[in-house]
Amino acid sequence: MSERTATAAPPAGIRPRSLRQLDRVAAAIFAASLRGSCWVFLLVVAGLAAELVWGARLSLRTFGIGFLWSSQWNPVTEQFGAAPFIYGTVVSSGIALVLAASVGILAAIYLAEFAPRRLGIYLGLLIELLAAVPSIVYGLWGLFVLAPVVTTWIGPALQASFGFLPIFQGTIYGVNMLTAALILALMIVPTITAITRDLIAAIPMRQREAALALGATPWETAAKVVLPAVRRGIFGACMLAFGRALGETIATTMVIGNRPVISASLFAPGYTVASVIANEFTEATSDLYLSALIELGLILLVVSLLVIGLGRLMVRLFIR
Amino acid sequence: MTQAATRSRRARRTGPHLLSAGVLVGALAMAPAALAATQIVGAGSTFDFPFFSKAFYDYTAKHPDVTVNYQSIGSGGGIQQFTARTVDFGATDVPMNAKELARAKGSVLQLPVTLGGEGIAYNLQGIAKGMRLTSEVIADIYLGKIIKWDDPAIAKLNPGMKLPDMKITVVHRSDGSGTTYIFTDFLSHVSPEWQQKVGTGKNVQWPAPSSIGGKGNEGVAGLVKQTPGAIGYVELAYLLQNSMTYAEVQNKAGKYLYPAENTVAAAAATKPDVSATNFSIVDTPCAECYPISGYSWVLLYQKPQDPARGKLVKTIMTWLVTAAQPIAKTVDYVPLPENVQQRALGVLAKTEL
Repeated sequence: MSERTATAAPPAGIRPRSLRQLDRVAAAIFAASLRGSCWVFLLVVAGLAAELVWGARLSLRTFGIGFLWSSQWNPVTEQFGAAPFIYGTVVSSGIALVLAASVGILAAIYLAEFAPRRLGIYLGLLIELLAAVPSIVYGLWGLFVLAPVVTTWIGPALQASFGFLPIFQGTIYGVNMLTAALILALMIVPTITAITRDLIAAIPMRQREAALALGATPWETAAKVVLPAVRRGIFGACMLAFGRALGETIATTMVIGNRPVISASLFAPGYTVASVIANEFTEATSDLYLSALIELGLILLVVSLLVIGLGRLMVRLFIR
Repeated sequence: MTQAATRSRRARRTGPHLLSAGVLVGALAMAPAALAATQIVGAGSTFDFPFFSKAFYDYTAKHPDVTVNYQSIGSGGGIQQFTARTVDFGATDVPMNAKELARAKGSVLQLPVTLGGEGIAYNLQGIAKGMRLTSEVIADIYLGKIIKWDDPAIAKLNPGMKLPDMKITVVHRSDGSGTTYIFTDFLSHVSPEWQQKVGTGKNVQWPAPSSIGGKGNEGVAGLVKQTPGAIGYVELAYLLQNSMTYAEVQNKAGKYLYPAENTVAAAAATKPDVSATNFSIVDTPCAECYPISGYSWVLLYQKPQDPARGKLVKTIMTWLVTAAQPIAKTVDYVPLPENVQQRALGVLAKTEL
């Protein structure tokens, strides 16, 4: 009994003067550290961008704006161009996003709306576990399991049914743009599913009950009442996932074929910015070579910011 | 408050303190042991890594107060770290050229430490090891001029084999590497068209339209194994350890040879005066020489900053190029020939300690 009263804090409002001052100082420090951490982060990113520009200056000077659409990548004659890498990055991530968004959103709707509660929890957990798998494991699985599957089943099937489309023509290599897009899709599905499911779960039951009361089927409720309400959030989740796919290095480099070409076919090998930097950075001993790789990194940063910025702009203009 | 509650309250306060005290004591106990051993740091070529890994482990077993930490980051990385003096020694498959030497802060010694051969691996169902390929055919395949396996140029060399009507998928290294350098050096020697169109380098613009890249020797080996109709160049050690099918390559004297310890060593023996400026042993003229062979080099400063460490590094390197060479055999590497060992020792003798 005595112990309890000895350690109890004085009632709120009746504090000695020194404690109040201490409170104010503590509050000020807390606010400053919060603001500070925000600014530190922004400064680090700005410093990163500045460092990239500084490192790329030789390449920027030598190749100028033509670097963006040149398809040459010749370390021997030191002719470098970014076009195949930008193409590879954007196409593989774009296709991955389309695949992941379609599967992920539907999965999230199922988990949040239709699945029995227990099953929903366990399935959701399993999907989130996918996000915890290291990318090199995805890369190894992609190389040894998915690539042969694409070569023997998925590729020929697509070519047989849709072979008239230029994206499904040509020789089917195991390591190609399609395999890379599939692996990336697998890696970003958990992000989209988890975020979408939480968003959907946050919609109050009353809206669903109202829709059902008006005679809507569960499917109509999900499609016309729930989904539109979370459109903005889903878009945000997709942008997040796209950003992750743009920067994914190891898993992509193991399954994309590492060939700096732009080809119409999805079955042809490709190359992404992150892969080429990871592959060639340690052996790039000449200054121009190194500078060209750093410029590629700068381009990736700019492309990521542009795409995500555009996404947010679209959300603001068109959604709600 | 009850007795039990009081006790648990005290336990909650002392528990964390006991834990942190225990961790601190444990860390302090380990610190003296770590400080006692000297750690020599090296970085560079991935090709050397399996050999160095085993050799340095054996060295520490014999001299427990010395550990060697080798970071396999690639030849270029090794040269960069060596130039910045963040490591005691560097390792590279291609010796530093004049520009890189000028950037180094001091005179550099480069000594050969191991040998390697590159085999041409392929993946064709039903076709066993031992397809015969001439250097010109290999060059034409990599140039993209020969695109199918049943091309007359290949069929002519292998009359007994039933070659399928399959497209050749050419596999190369996607990461810049000394292995690529040795291979492109070989192609430049045997094909003037390759020399003019592509050239030699740790990374080049691969002309074949079907060319795909794998990361590291493991990547190329993996891609060749996964892709029917693939062909790729892989270091001997990886070929043997992955039980791959590889070709017999015709050397300059006209004989078809597998990459093996004796054929690679024979290639090395043709250049007894090997040095950092004269190191190419591809396409050598002797009868038993394997044409795609190369050395790997260790970089040391002639005047080390710390004399004690410099002496230790010199002792280790002396051991590496002489007594440690038999260890190379156990990991499928090729030991240095006797005369080259002497040359390496000669380079080491130039250290100013």
